[in-house]
Amino acid sequence: MKKSIKKSLKEKPDIVNKYTGDTWAYTKTVKDHFFKPRNLLWEKPENAKFDAEGIVGSPACGDVMRVWININPKKDTITAFKWRTFGCASAIATTSMLSVMITEKKGMKIDDALKIRPQDIMKRLGGLPDRKIHCSVLGDKALRAAINDWFKKTNQIDRIVIEGTRVIDPNTKVTEADIEEAVLEGAITLEAVQKRTKVGIGFPECIPKVEELIRFFREKYFGPDEK
Amino acid sequence: MFKNKKQYYFDHASTTPLDNKVLSLMLPYFSSEFGNPSNLYGMGRNANNAISEATKTITKILGCKMNEFIYTGSATEADNLAILGIARANKEKGNRIIISKIEHKGILSVCETLRKEGFDIIEIPVEKNGLLELSVLESAINPQTILISISHADSETGTIQSISNISKIIKSVREQNKSDFPYFHTDASQTTAYLPINVDNLGIDLMTLSAHKLCGPKGIGGLYIRHGTRINPIIYGGGQQNRLRSGTENIPGIVGFAEALSINEKNKKTEFKRIKRLRNILERGIFKAISRVVLNGHKTKRLPNFLNISILDIEGEAMLLFLDEIGIMVNTGSACNSQSLEPSYILMALGNPYEYIHGSIRFTLGKSNTITDIKYVLKHLPKIVDKLRKISPLNLHLNQKSTISDPRAFIGNQTPHFLRKKNK
Repeated sequence: MKKSIKKSLKEKPDIVNKYTGDTWAYTKTVKDHFFKPRNLLWEKPENAKFDAEGIVGSPACGDVMRVWININPKKDTITAFKWRTFGCASAIATTSMLSVMITEKKGMKIDDALKIRPQDIMKRLGGLPDRKIHCSVLGDKALRAAINDWFKKTNQIDRIVIEGTRVIDPNTKVTEADIEEAVLEGAITLEAVQKRTKVGIGFPECIPKVEELIRFFREKYFGPDEK
Repeated sequence: MFKNKKQYYFDHASTTPLDNKVLSLMLPYFSSEFGNPSNLYGMGRNANNAISEATKTITKILGCKMNEFIYTGSATEADNLAILGIARANKEKGNRIIISKIEHKGILSVCETLRKEGFDIIEIPVEKNGLLELSVLESAINPQTILISISHADSETGTIQSISNISKIIKSVREQNKSDFPYFHTDASQTTAYLPINVDNLGIDLMTLSAHKLCGPKGIGGLYIRHGTRINPIIYGGGQQNRLRSGTENIPGIVGFAEALSINEKNKKTEFKRIKRLRNILERGIFKAISRVVLNGHKTKRLPNFLNISILDIEGEAMLLFLDEIGIMVNTGSACNSQSLEPSYILMALGNPYEYIHGSIRFTLGKSNTITDIKYVLKHLPKIVDKLRKISPLNLHLNQKSTISDPRAFIGNQTPHFLRKKNK
């Protein structure tokens, strides 16, 4: 699963951890987008006039992404995508690449934009170091936040997508997002997720749901399971 | 852009380049003089003599006897030997070990292991300026305390702890209790290059040294152990080095270590002044050219080669990569730069908000740095900061401290992973 992403990448990593197999590299594409970011919002955010905006992350965590979009309501496409990002090279390159993906070919359909997975951005970047994968997750979340903002403003309540923060295990207060993050950090089996989060250890009733979520996030981020 | 051109190395707290003279003295011991010092024939004796000469040089600088110094494979090993060795040899005397929150991982990790074995490990907090809270240390000492280990200076901010004052506190406790305990260990890896390290003046019982922070070779460190200190080995074998560290001695390393320390000792005072002046030019220049910068660590009680600052609104790894692109090498305490994705525990112990730590960079100067290097940084750093601030959506203010560190909102608006782990 995780391996299949690596196989599909053309560029070789600079550093491979001989004990864990973790790779460490910023590909040429990542460096290019990091040193020369595309579609950056140059004007002051308070002067920016756009149809909608979204923000995710917090400075305490080390990543904040803020995006502004313009929409063509007739075609239901995103015609402009501007951004600013606080974070490491991966975070900056990810938002930059996402902005290119959205605005190339005269703008992406909103429905298609909502389907963008972190893996899609990573592929276009030629991959990210394993422990930086979470950076690309924030990119698509920021975009969805902006699209939701548009839906709210234009009263398309039925189209709003809600990100999961539901508590699954009342004992440990583990949420759907906890499972998501565990999967992203490489825990792709129930045992590995339990080791990390302790989910379901005192409340086994939730385990089928947890397994379902692990499968869902695993496929979302690492592609369909190989048979 | 400028790759393969001049390199501007500002990471001497990580490691330093090997001095050419040191290297040339080491070379024969790799090939022609390869003998094992445990053997009695000529070449073995030569190797043994080389160790003796080296030890004479080192122990003279430390102000101790030759049999009070043990060579190890690294400063980490020396730290481990000090902590584990004392703990195992004296566990019937007590189980409390006192350290600080800003010790090197070589201390923290081994103490974590001892905690699982039933030892009572106390971590003393530091003040915002990086200095240890001595009153807390004093009140933490009880009759069960066998060892206190406090770094001479920490490896992130270079803040210098008053080792002789701590020693006075410890000695008065010993006198009161009419006991040899607690022993006092300090890790002087970062300070050896610039501060006096006479063991009696410092008043310590054990002290860790490292060669590769002194333009010496990697793979060699050492531990001073005051005569009469009860300590067990952590490596067992043929009984080399007074049975405290078995294994054939690393002769080239030992020879290089002594020479590096000796050269360092000769130039210590002049280098201290020269480096401090350069560091101050760098520090003043950065604070003048860049707004919203915070100094991490103590303003004055700091090693002359350390400058650790937080530049608000931008992230350390991004800054590091931009600097690397133009040949400047620095370090950062940002979470993004670490294996574990956790921000620097030392900067956290100083009570800095996470936002500041993510934007921290550490310059550590050394022998090779000149005023040209400083001018180069001062020319380019403000431009890089300006560019990264244009990319950043943040606009933090220096007086905002209390409210900005809101540990919510990561993926799915929750506590950051490095905080959550601690709660569990």
